[in-house]
Amino acid sequence: MDQYIDIKVRVWRQAGPKAQGHFETYELKHVFQGASFLEMIDILNEQLIAEHKDPIAFDHDCREGICGMCSMYVNGHPHGPDSAITTCQLHMRKFHDGETITVEPWRSRAFPVIKDLMVDRQAYDKIMQAGGFVSVNTGGVPDANAIPIPKPIADEAMDAASCIGCGACAAACKNGSAMLFVAAKVSQLNLLPQGKAEKHQRAKAMLQKMDELGFGNCTNTGACAAECPKQVSLTHIARLNRDFIGAKFCD
Amino acid sequence: MWLKDSSIGRKLVMSITGTFLVLFLLFHGSMNLCLVIDDIFGTSAYNWICSMLGANWYAVIGTLILALAVVVHFAYAIVLTVQNRRARGNDRYAVEARQEGVDWASKNMLALGIIVLGFLVLHLYNFWFKMQFAELTGIETSMFDPQDGSAIVKALFTDGWCGIVYCLLYIVWLCALWFHLSHGVWSAMQTMGLSNNKWLPRIKVIGTVVATLTVGLFMVVILYFLGVNIGQMCA
Repeated sequence: MDQYIDIKVRVWRQAGPKAQGHFETYELKHVFQGASFLEMIDILNEQLIAEHKDPIAFDHDCREGICGMCSMYVNGHPHGPDSAITTCQLHMRKFHDGETITVEPWRSRAFPVIKDLMVDRQAYDKIMQAGGFVSVNTGGVPDANAIPIPKPIADEAMDAASCIGCGACAAACKNGSAMLFVAAKVSQLNLLPQGKAEKHQRAKAMLQKMDELGFGNCTNTGACAAECPKQVSLTHIARLNRDFIGAKFCD
Repeated sequence: MWLKDSSIGRKLVMSITGTFLVLFLLFHGSMNLCLVIDDIFGTSAYNWICSMLGANWYAVIGTLILALAVVVHFAYAIVLTVQNRRARGNDRYAVEARQEGVDWASKNMLALGIIVLGFLVLHLYNFWFKMQFAELTGIETSMFDPQDGSAIVKALFTDGWCGIVYCLLYIVWLCALWFHLSHGVWSAMQTMGLSNNKWLPRIKVIGTVVATLTVGLFMVVILYFLGVNIGQMCA
């Protein structure tokens, strides 16, 4: 049964992008385990405001695991110690009474801290702008049977498309590589007939942008897929490698 | 040049040079196995291979290609690691937890590689310097005939306490190599794009099998000579 617990929250506080950050520990009493992790942060912020202190800045939007905004590194895991969820879906029942919870922002050169737990993830938008689209105007919705797509391929593309671009992959990667994100975004289009026409161009453009933005080189440790809230598979990376190497040989 | 300027290109160079080195190790390990066979059955297959390779032009070219592969593999490893550390940014995580399914070896490939390379220097001094190098330059680097590889190996590993120390050093080396290959082999296949949902678990098994086979070939020889040596010391 969910109970009320007393916890300590050790949070990264950083006044601005250039400021020197540090950890601050706050005590929080009587937190209901049925509360979500973000609700706990809300409660903490109300306490901080009541004490006339600066509340903790953090990203959040839908709070139902589909927008990809919440980005916290909780106790050494992006999106916390539970699997296949975003931070907003994490609940306080994953923590016990008296626990000290360490909360950090994503740490990656390509994701600079804006304030506290909030990081700038525009790098992912820039990668999308480099090739995460189909160039031709496809017009209205065609008949479902006009272009037959085998179910396994449709499923695989859908799995890739489940990526919400939260940045947990690059945050968890010891190399700061965004390969899982790029691979998912390349795969969701390259697998389907409309996207296939530009698959080589897309793989090259998106990978080049990733490298340019200062992300690292993938070494297949698999930490990205293990931490991905949408369980995007490592095999998409193999597909990106295949499409990219193929593109280079076709040049 | 995309093999230098793109992240996948750099990784492809790592995977190709790595695969080449594994293939060489499989040859080298099979050759070593002849030492044990020779010792048991009184044949001289190992020395026959030694004389066939020796300082012949094809063996020298082969050695140069191998050296180039080692240098490229290592140089790229340094560059990749420096780039990857920089990509992490200046601030490290205060708490880093282990993720399930992430091998320890995959996060320590450079360290394992440096251990392997360090022992490689010792190994080259122990054998290559007394064999191909002695033959090429004509300099006498040991009391043995450079083509009598079998005697050089036995002298090192069955030399009483010194032999035991060398056996243990080589065992440590082989363990580091096993961990390096346990990630390296399947990772190379993944980098080359030889993976999908069905094959990912399979290439991981292939990686473990290749690593175990490669290291096993060498380990059998070391353990055999360790046994022979201890037998001689007890006798």
